[in-house]
Amino acid sequence: MLSIEDATVRFGERAALDAVDLEVAEHEIVCVLGPSGSGKSTLLRAVAGLQALDGGRVLLAGADQAGVPVHRRGVGLMFQDHQLFPQRDVGGNIAFGPRMRGAGKAEQAERVRDLLELVGLPGAERRSVSALSGGEQQRVALARALAPRPRLLMLDEPLGQLDRGLRERLVVELRQLFGRLGTTVLAVTHDQGEAFALADRVVVMRDGRIAQSGAPVEVWSRPASEFVARFLGFDNVVAARVSGSVAETAWGRIPVPEGSQQGERRLLVRPGGVRLAGEGPRDWTVESRTFRGDRVAVRLRPADGPALEAEFPLSLAPAEGAGVAVEFRVEDVVVLAGAGDTSAAP
Amino acid sequence: MVVPVAFFALFFAWPVVSIVERGLRVDGVWQFGRFGEALSRPEILDVLWFTLWQALASTGLTLLIALPGAYVFARFDFRGKGLLRAVVTVPFVMPTVMVGTAFLALVGRGGLLDELWGVRLDTTVWAILIAHVFFNYAVVVRTVGGLWAQLDPRQEEAARVLGAARWRAWRTVTLPALAPSVAAAALMVFLFTASSFAVVQILGGSTYSTLETEIYRQTVVRFDLTTAAVLTMVQFVAVGAVLAVHARTVRRRESALRMVAPEETARRPRGIGQWALFAAVLLSVALLIVLPLGVLVERSFATSQGYGLDYYRALQTTDPSGTFLVPLLDTIGNSLRYAVVATLIALVVGGLAAAALTRRAGRLVRGFDGLLMLPLGVSAVTVGFGFLITLDEPPFDLRASWILVPLAQALVGVPFVVRTMLPVLRAVDERLREAAAVLGASPWRAWREVDLPLVRRALLVAAGFAFAVSLGEFGATVFIARPDSPTLTVAVARLLGRPGELNYGQAMALSTILMVVCAVSLLLLERLRTDRTSGEF
Repeated sequence: MLSIEDATVRFGERAALDAVDLEVAEHEIVCVLGPSGSGKSTLLRAVAGLQALDGGRVLLAGADQAGVPVHRRGVGLMFQDHQLFPQRDVGGNIAFGPRMRGAGKAEQAERVRDLLELVGLPGAERRSVSALSGGEQQRVALARALAPRPRLLMLDEPLGQLDRGLRERLVVELRQLFGRLGTTVLAVTHDQGEAFALADRVVVMRDGRIAQSGAPVEVWSRPASEFVARFLGFDNVVAARVSGSVAETAWGRIPVPEGSQQGERRLLVRPGGVRLAGEGPRDWTVESRTFRGDRVAVRLRPADGPALEAEFPLSLAPAEGAGVAVEFRVEDVVVLAGAGDTSAAP
Repeated sequence: MVVPVAFFALFFAWPVVSIVERGLRVDGVWQFGRFGEALSRPEILDVLWFTLWQALASTGLTLLIALPGAYVFARFDFRGKGLLRAVVTVPFVMPTVMVGTAFLALVGRGGLLDELWGVRLDTTVWAILIAHVFFNYAVVVRTVGGLWAQLDPRQEEAARVLGAARWRAWRTVTLPALAPSVAAAALMVFLFTASSFAVVQILGGSTYSTLETEIYRQTVVRFDLTTAAVLTMVQFVAVGAVLAVHARTVRRRESALRMVAPEETARRPRGIGQWALFAAVLLSVALLIVLPLGVLVERSFATSQGYGLDYYRALQTTDPSGTFLVPLLDTIGNSLRYAVVATLIALVVGGLAAAALTRRAGRLVRGFDGLLMLPLGVSAVTVGFGFLITLDEPPFDLRASWILVPLAQALVGVPFVVRTMLPVLRAVDERLREAAAVLGASPWRAWREVDLPLVRRALLVAAGFAFAVSLGEFGATVFIARPDSPTLTVAVARLLGRPGELNYGQAMALSTILMVVCAVSLLLLERLRTDRTSGEF
């Protein structure tokens, strides 16, 4: 459906998009994830035609979009802060797209009614957009973007401004809705939870380049680099020398999965993979404990080296100041690509 | 962008350049020596000196009288505030000819003060200065007061809590915030008063002459195009410099100040000091603005046989002396027709310019922004005369065409349209247009669907201003209006230039009609105006 080939956009010296390649298949939901300034919004603007490319090309259904103006591309874009037209009511906003495409009055009214039904705001046609709550504005913006039946729907931080509870509910609704409509979606967000909940495929961006691309489970369980690992919230990254199925680190000898890359590497240990050991020297000190519901995050300090985040069930968590011995579960250990790439730390 | 540039090139730059060329190039050789020659003549030096000092004095006097007014409008809440605001704005949209006439009725020969105490000021500089204050009071009240009303008083309160005395808090917090807008207002006033034509022409008599009236005299009376061209160039350079300074201060004014809704800052006056200030401002408005307008109306009814409609009736008949080929009442129709056409031209040209200025940024565009203001300060006389000598040959043989008058008038209207529209257009979020484009709207359609509804109100305000200035335009119109279809302002000036009670009375009557037309259009504007659209004027 959408092919981005070698797309480059420069703002002065800085490349906002640096030779990006990306494919989005028909009916696929792809979520681009990255910190602010990673170029993800620029990517959407380039596809919509709001941002000219300095290199590469954008193809929609196989047709090169160079020279095709924004209003003829047939894509939908939902803006970060919605950008509803303040002087029009809800119905006027949603009918805008069909009207631009020459739909008749009756057709427009029907489309508006259907879409309001779809987004759960039936009968809201005559309401003023300034009187809507954040969540309602969000729904109207979505309805407006869907109204002209775009072949590709793009969402820029779709749930960015909403509070947490609403966001978690809406993201599920959105996924169900897109699944039902068979919409092809390209969304960008900085919120990993949102991306993993919404997408069939997640693309992590960094400094205008794609750092990793894959199914949510795959990206989550096997971050490709220290940057991706840290962006996903994993802080247990340490230098390691891998040989065979064991790595030498500042945290001691840690088992690594079969087939891991050998030599000087960076190693990720997920907090859940840290266990208390029954035997061995108790040379780890419990520095602090933070309750997280039914689990406790514990910060462990080895005799010599950086602190380690661990997570225990409430009943097993050691007391603050206690000395403990630890061992590591091999399933929660990942050898990261890029040898000793310390500059990857965000 | 192309249309406004072409418009200005054809109807502003070309006439002005031609007339300068005609004056300064003899037999194909540029005579720049004429500059030194003309500028060393004592009478010309006198004119330059008088122009400068009367403009400075007018500006200073206007600030002195209008700043307390700005404070009262910004910070006091009282009944009839809206009406009073409209009243002080009336003079600004009044034709300058009429301002001159009103003051003539007040302080001139046979004027109110003359009758009461035998005081005449019409050949003194005071008449000119006071008329300038009358005319520009609204500029200061609107520009400074508008900002003042939105300054968060809590900033000053914070300074008070931190130990600053009331005066010190005002000086260290409020004044610096206001300073750029005061400077901008002062520059506007300076520009208007330095290029003042009709007021000086009517009230200054032969005693006082500014650059503008001198250009007129050199062109029309002496046919000394060389000196006129030199003076035009001097004026051009001076106005350019003032505008450059103005652009800088305005840009700095756009710095982030804490703004609040004006309604939140206004309180009823409290204590003797505040009531005294309030009363003083009301008194100054009454004396300075209401009185001259009142006297004008009174004079238009006062015939030698007591009050009556004689002068108004006389307007309906054809002038026996033959100065005017049509009944004077027809001039109202002429004026309105010209003003409507001029307004349309100004809206199209100014609207396109404002739209172009919104979408592009950079040095060149800012320069164009400044250029658009030039017609406000450059001699209308030069423009009018330039029209006559340049637009009389193919492909632009418009000399005999009625369109010439609205074209010249639109030139003065365009800056007002741009100034009013630009802030509003700039406030329209670019992403709204992008949203429209993504939904399938072409750029032109996006403008129509997104920008236009948001700026409709500003557009109406701009149209009102363009209409008022077109109606009142005198300097250029006096050259190009055809004898068989003079405008109101031209007729008033001609009537005043001739002796006789009937002529004087008819001038007053015509002026009163003009005032009513202007006041009505202004009141309509006031209803439309919201705080969001209160621009610089």
